[in-house]
Amino acid sequence: MGGSTVVPTVRIQQEDFDLAEEVARLSAGGSNIGAVVTFSGLCRDEDGRLSALELEHYPGMAEAEIGRIAEEAIRRWPLTGLTAIHRHGLIVPGENIVVVIAASSHRQAAFEAAAFMMDFLKTRAPFWKREHLIDGTPGPWVDATEADETSTRRW
Amino acid sequence: MTAVKLRYFAWVRERIGTAEEDIELPANLNTVRDLLLWLQARDDGYAEALRHPEVIRVAINQEHVDHKERLEGAREIALFPPMTGG
Repeated sequence: MGGSTVVPTVRIQQEDFDLAEEVARLSAGGSNIGAVVTFSGLCRDEDGRLSALELEHYPGMAEAEIGRIAEEAIRRWPLTGLTAIHRHGLIVPGENIVVVIAASSHRQAAFEAAAFMMDFLKTRAPFWKREHLIDGTPGPWVDATEADETSTRRW
Repeated sequence: MTAVKLRYFAWVRERIGTAEEDIELPANLNTVRDLLLWLQARDDGYAEALRHPEVIRVAINQEHVDHKERLEGAREIALFPPMTGG
C-alpha cells in the first residue's frame, strides 16, 4: 500500500487526551503495521518554579500547518498511520501538551517520521508558550531556541 | 487601498495592544517588509512590538511567508514571535 493513501489525524484541543486510546485507534487500521512510535511532550515545572504553561495558538492556521507537516511526513516515509494532537490553554506540570504517533511496517520509518513531526511542530506550528510562576502570576513568554531550529534544519 | 485583517499573537499582540484589526493597506506597500516598517511608524506600541522586525514571523492567509513576500491577494496577515509549541 502506498503511503499517499494515508490520511493523518490532526487535532488541536484544550482538553487532555488518552495516549493508549490514540495508539489503539491508529493501530486498529491494518494488519501490516509492524511499528508504532509514540512521542508525547509533557509540561515540566522547571524544578518547582512553574505552576503552569499557557499555550496560545492561532486557530485555523494551527490545524492547517500541522496538517501540512503531516502530509510532508506521509510523502517522505512509508507510513500506515499518523496522528498529531496539540493542546492549548493552561496546562499544569505533568499533563500532556502534545502527542505524535507514527505507524509503519518497520521501525525506522516510524522513528524518523515521529522525530520529523516534532521538530517541525516546535518551529513551524503556530503555538507560543508562556510561563505561569509558582506564586500564580504570569511570567515571561518562552524564547525559541537555536537548538530547535538546528534540529529542524537536519531534515 | 486594500482591506485586510491583521492578527497578532503572543508578545506581539501584547505590545501592540490588540489581537486583530481590519486595516486599509496603502497602495505603496508591496512586501511584508514594507508592511512591518509602515506599522512600526504608527505608534509606540507598534514600534515596541516591531523594534526588531527581522525576528517577526509572518503568515499570509494562514501560511508562513518570508519578509520578501508580496502582499497581493492577502486577506489575513498575522504577525507573531518565533514559535515555541511542541
